[in-house]
Amino acid sequence: MRPETEAELAEFVAGLNGPVRIAGGGTRGIVGAEPVLSVAGLSGITLYEPGALTLVARAGTPVAEVEAALEAEGQQLAFEPMDHRELLGTTGEPTIGGVVAANISGPRRIQAGACRDFLLGVRYVDGLGQVIKNGGRVMKNVTGYDLVKLMAGSWGTLGVLSEVSLKVLPKSETQLTLAIGVADTRAAVDLMSTALKSPYEVSGAAYAPADGQVLLRIEGFADSVAYRIDRLRESLGGECIEMANSVTRWADLRDVRAFRDIDGDVWRLSVKPSDAPGIAERISADQTLFDWGGGLIWALMPKGTDLRARLGQFEGHATLVRASAQTMGELGRFQPENTRIKALTRAFRQKFDPRSVFNPGLMG
Amino acid sequence: MEMPQPNPDVLALKRALVARLQQVLPQDAVIHDEAETRAYECDALTAYKCPPMLAVLPSTTQQVSDVLRICHDAGVPVVPRGAGTSLAGGALPTADCVILGVARMNEVLEVDYDNRFIKVQSGRTNLSVTGAVEAEDFFYAPDPSSQLACAIAGNIAMNSGGAHCLKYGVTTNNLLGVTMVMMDGSVVEIGGAYLDAGGLDLLGVICGSEGQLGVVTEATLRILRKPEGARPVLMGFDDNEVAGQCVSDIIKSGILPVAIEFMDRLCIRACENFANAGYPDCEALLIVEVEGSDAEIDSQLSKIIEIAKRHNPVELRESQSADESARIWLGRKSAFGAMGQLNDYMCLDGTIPVSSLPFVLRRIGELSKEYGLPVGNVFHAGDGNMHPLILYDANKPGDLEKCEAFGADILKLCVDAGGCLTGEHGVGIEKRDLMTHQYAPQDLEAQMAVKDVFDPNWLLNPAKVFPLKASAVRRMAAE
Repeated sequence: MRPETEAELAEFVAGLNGPVRIAGGGTRGIVGAEPVLSVAGLSGITLYEPGALTLVARAGTPVAEVEAALEAEGQQLAFEPMDHRELLGTTGEPTIGGVVAANISGPRRIQAGACRDFLLGVRYVDGLGQVIKNGGRVMKNVTGYDLVKLMAGSWGTLGVLSEVSLKVLPKSETQLTLAIGVADTRAAVDLMSTALKSPYEVSGAAYAPADGQVLLRIEGFADSVAYRIDRLRESLGGECIEMANSVTRWADLRDVRAFRDIDGDVWRLSVKPSDAPGIAERISADQTLFDWGGGLIWALMPKGTDLRARLGQFEGHATLVRASAQTMGELGRFQPENTRIKALTRAFRQKFDPRSVFNPGLMG
Repeated sequence: MEMPQPNPDVLALKRALVARLQQVLPQDAVIHDEAETRAYECDALTAYKCPPMLAVLPSTTQQVSDVLRICHDAGVPVVPRGAGTSLAGGALPTADCVILGVARMNEVLEVDYDNRFIKVQSGRTNLSVTGAVEAEDFFYAPDPSSQLACAIAGNIAMNSGGAHCLKYGVTTNNLLGVTMVMMDGSVVEIGGAYLDAGGLDLLGVICGSEGQLGVVTEATLRILRKPEGARPVLMGFDDNEVAGQCVSDIIKSGILPVAIEFMDRLCIRACENFANAGYPDCEALLIVEVEGSDAEIDSQLSKIIEIAKRHNPVELRESQSADESARIWLGRKSAFGAMGQLNDYMCLDGTIPVSSLPFVLRRIGELSKEYGLPVGNVFHAGDGNMHPLILYDANKPGDLEKCEAFGADILKLCVDAGGCLTGEHGVGIEKRDLMTHQYAPQDLEAQMAVKDVFDPNWLLNPAKVFPLKASAVRRMAAE
């Protein structure tokens, strides 16, 4: 099933007799119901106004096409979406609709915000085949309820996105990274916290225990970057990584390439940064990576390990990103919710997709 | 403005309800005397007034839960109220409702600089959140003009913005978690001191839901380290269109100022008389502010000034001192008050794509002549959030109605230009009946379905946001 227009998509959905799995480029490792409803046919940038910092694209538009159009105007998707292909060994072309549906953000999330923070509007087809729009193409909009945020990160379980409208930002003239050696995770998180409490607008704060180094990224105009890097180095020490290497290091971190060729399940935990060292200890992973100043933990675990059971109660949530279909089925991709929230989630599903045709079982 | 007829069955419950509420609240927290309930008859949209049946002022989440459970079981509508500064009538009562005010809930619960958040009770004012962290050089970014008075509860309900959100975002971008009481009295915790939701982004849909999904009693907010410094530059132009082009060119240049504010001649004069900020007398004024160290500010401002010079400004002035900067901002932040000295006014906040600015301003000027009512424009130009202020005389018969019709035409114009009805004030009652201009019936159905999930009986702030006709079936079913 590969509709070419929103109207065709709506018609397809209205005529469905059973569940489908929604796919953009199919690179994010979602398995489940067959057949696949591909949104890749709905492609193309429909509006781009650099002077208004807005871009509108059909959901199936390749991320690469969006990024190329932005690059030509010196702009970017500031939330720095991760590419899952190397980590998951998937092929295909990541789409902008997939990024939005999964609320995919990278290292800059800590400073600039998540994908959902840059999403200005959506058009989607609900479970009955109706085309719904919410939000728009302007940066400030509180007209009615914000279903835009709700659709971001709903993984297609509430509707099939047909078009998304995004706020874009100027791309920085340059970037530099400060690399600072640390003894352990506690020292790393403390150091990142100190940097993030500074007025120097750190746009990336990560720690790779395998390298024993904290990385702090500074972006902007050259003179300003030089100034801020100097100020940070004065108080924190470390070595400066020049631009080309800095870009590569952060792309590696964004895509979690460190776990690419190593067997094992991959988990992603969002936590309170200062809790990160304790949590890392409790899960005793084979390998870990810390992003967002410690607030994001990537954990490589022996296959089939129930990380959530090891961890018990904690403030945050753990998502299983890479595992066999069997483990994924047993442990569930997403953190189980408490009874009240689970009931709300179910009620949402019931309202938006009453026939339960979209990605059943994936979420709630 | 049409509001639903009060339900006589609910009005008949008043005495019993007061007795029931007094069992769960301190005596002075239940306000039922008609002279006293009058204090809650309106918010900052003062053109519309209606005293509530009664008002309650709980101090804890538990008390809010008790109140809502009691009202839920009795089928009594509840209108939540922060500080009552809504410009959209978000806290306007109906005669048969209970006003639930959170003003007594203003404690700071936790400040955590290492993890960069603050947890407060929702009745705390916006500015006093910054006040609680200022000593460590931190601040809470969203800064609505009413920040001295407005409560975080109301900020969350309306997803409030402010002048500096071009860089820092609006409330939803700075809200990490809430404790919320649902209409049936159940308490839910959503989000917390970590980033992004685990499941559906319920926090995202609660923020901006205008008090229709639940009553937020506690909020975890992101706090940021203050920049080393900030400095505005003033630019005057003798043509609105040129000023609009200048805004677009600045944005395209790769500089992201923290704020770009726009004022037209009428507002410039009113604000200058009010604040003596040294505003030039011209058609259009821009205030562009950048942040950083002194050297960083110099460098960014020189780039901005270079761009401005290409547009032949009649005035171009960098602030020379902290005092001058403060006065420049005082003028802008007093715009509503300054306009209020000229006459009664209605403030709109439609948002448009920045590229449509010249066209929309021209059309508003034409409409102003047609209606015979003056209009001043002051707005956040960087993000296209307009604030046309229509002047009218409340004592002149027919003037308010004329003003309402003019306002509706402006908002429709914003939607037709690719924008929306409201950028940061909310729909409330003010823009309720225009919703059909921006959204198709199925779009509104999808939004109302969200309310069905949280508040199936439609008891929380029921007569807001959606056109009365569209919500009628649901509201009637509840009665």
